[in-house]
Amino acid sequence: MANDVWVYIEHKDGAITPMSFELLGIGKTLADGLGSSVCGFVVGEKADDIAKEAFAYGASKVYAVEGAEFKGFRPDAYSKAAHFLLDKYKPGVALFRATSQGTDVAAASAALLGFGLCTDTIGLVVDGGKMKMTRAAFGGNYTVSVVNEKAATQIATVRPKAFAMPEKDASKSGEVVKEAFSVAEADLNTKVLEFIQSATAVNLVEADIIVTGGRGVGNEEGFTLIKELADMLGGAVGASRAAVDSGWIPYEHQVGQTGKTVKPKIYIACGVSGAIQHLAGMRTSDCIVAINKDPDAPIFKAATFGIVGDYKQVVPKLIEKFKGKLGK
Amino acid sequence: MKIAVCLKQVPDTEAEIKWDIPSGTLKRDGMDSITNPFDEFALEEALLTRENYDGEIVAISMGPEKAADVLRNALALTVNAVQQVSDPVFAGSDTYATAYTLAEAIKKIGDVDVVFAGKQSTDGNTGVVSAELAAILGWSQLTYVSKVRQIDAAGKKIVVERAIEGGNEVVEAKLPAVVSVIKGINEPRLPNLMGIRKAAKVEIPKWSAGDLGVDAGKVGAAGSCTKVVEIAVPPPRGAGEILKGEIEDIANTLTDKLIDLKVIK
Repeated sequence: MANDVWVYIEHKDGAITPMSFELLGIGKTLADGLGSSVCGFVVGEKADDIAKEAFAYGASKVYAVEGAEFKGFRPDAYSKAAHFLLDKYKPGVALFRATSQGTDVAAASAALLGFGLCTDTIGLVVDGGKMKMTRAAFGGNYTVSVVNEKAATQIATVRPKAFAMPEKDASKSGEVVKEAFSVAEADLNTKVLEFIQSATAVNLVEADIIVTGGRGVGNEEGFTLIKELADMLGGAVGASRAAVDSGWIPYEHQVGQTGKTVKPKIYIACGVSGAIQHLAGMRTSDCIVAINKDPDAPIFKAATFGIVGDYKQVVPKLIEKFKGKLGK
Repeated sequence: MKIAVCLKQVPDTEAEIKWDIPSGTLKRDGMDSITNPFDEFALEEALLTRENYDGEIVAISMGPEKAADVLRNALALTVNAVQQVSDPVFAGSDTYATAYTLAEAIKKIGDVDVVFAGKQSTDGNTGVVSAELAAILGWSQLTYVSKVRQIDAAGKKIVVERAIEGGNEVVEAKLPAVVSVIKGINEPRLPNLMGIRKAAKVEIPKWSAGDLGVDAGKVGAAGSCTKVVEIAVPPPRGAGEILKGEIEDIANTLTDKLIDLKVIK
């Protein structure tokens, strides 16, 4: 149906995680508002297993393009296939996660369709039969709401964790619509040679818990304590720009305007002053804990819980308490 | 090798932002402006590429008249040529309209092997223009690039590393390519005084919508698909709770509160 809400199901070489299906939740809400259905769409070598999972998370239908050339992610191959599906069925809405893959495919397939899109969306509502998309701009100091007035399909990339995960019900099933579409190898521009797994495997964007160190951590060694707390909680280590620019920790850990935008359930900021550029990257976190020696640090204005004190004393105490209470 | 680099002028990240609410565009007059911080890495990568492989660099900037400043800065850093793309009809262009216009400019420059761009701008924060540009041109789309390993202009090949979730992906791609780079790929250099003086005297060439032959119905606020309907200041986070007392008690209270959230496993 022309008004259907489509959700791009992201996978890596066929491997999926529950997060691949995250947007089926908000997709269903939007479809209810539009009086239509939520559907998944998949590009990959094989789609059946992915589709089965998508039905369990609420998709009523899954559209798929399969082929050997779609085994690993390549932006041009996937975008051409996504463009083919979107152009043929012209759904009312297409949602992608704002990950590296989701953004690559959304941007390129929208461009092939000649449409603009809304990126890193944090608010989606149906207003007068049209979807209104809200995103942060200027480092989160403003929110901007946009509608897509001309395009057949309103395309948005959505900030991971901005919306609740849908419930899973393994008894649900649906129809898989497979489309014959292929791209000749000679027409493809890119080839993945290898994937180098990061030693620390930072995936800040997907993390539920992030423990961040800022300038107040003082030096590279200070991050050992930050990491200890993060490991204890099963979380990831973040860093402010000041800490990264001081060379204490690699850039892949940076949270903020020139780093990553994150929305974990718990964000613990240690020795982070809370410059607007940092707040831009984490202010939508569910629960923010600030630990800073300076009672006037701006981070306290954004914090759910604040502790005025030296992280070197507070963090070991927290580790000790967690150890006892979590039985670790 | 012919290298193009896309530069955007953005408000200083410390500046106070003023909006023209009805049109949803930014009031750029009288606001301190800088080169988009991510684009400085793109410019540096262009300079390094020229040093390593020879070639010439053309810096392009789409924006209002005043954005010529970022091109002067690029000239001071010794790019070979600059090209401003500016026309009142471009005001309010969305990402597609911007990418479409830049694609026309790159085609007009001609024979470009590689385009460097920053990962995203610090004002619009969309981070999709380079990918759209690659798709429109039909060129290799290389995003989140953390390292350029090799460029072989004669063999029409480029090898890069892309910093994506969980690690680095090594990708070989055909030229021409659009490469958007992340912070940390290099250390941008600063212009010297002589370069700045020389650049101050150069007249900045400008292409209008007419010069590029762009379809006026596809650019600007009128031609863009996406339309800003509302600009707001996000609601402040509710007043937090400062935990007071002995460190032992504070740690006890906080860990209880966090465990109660049922997030920690």
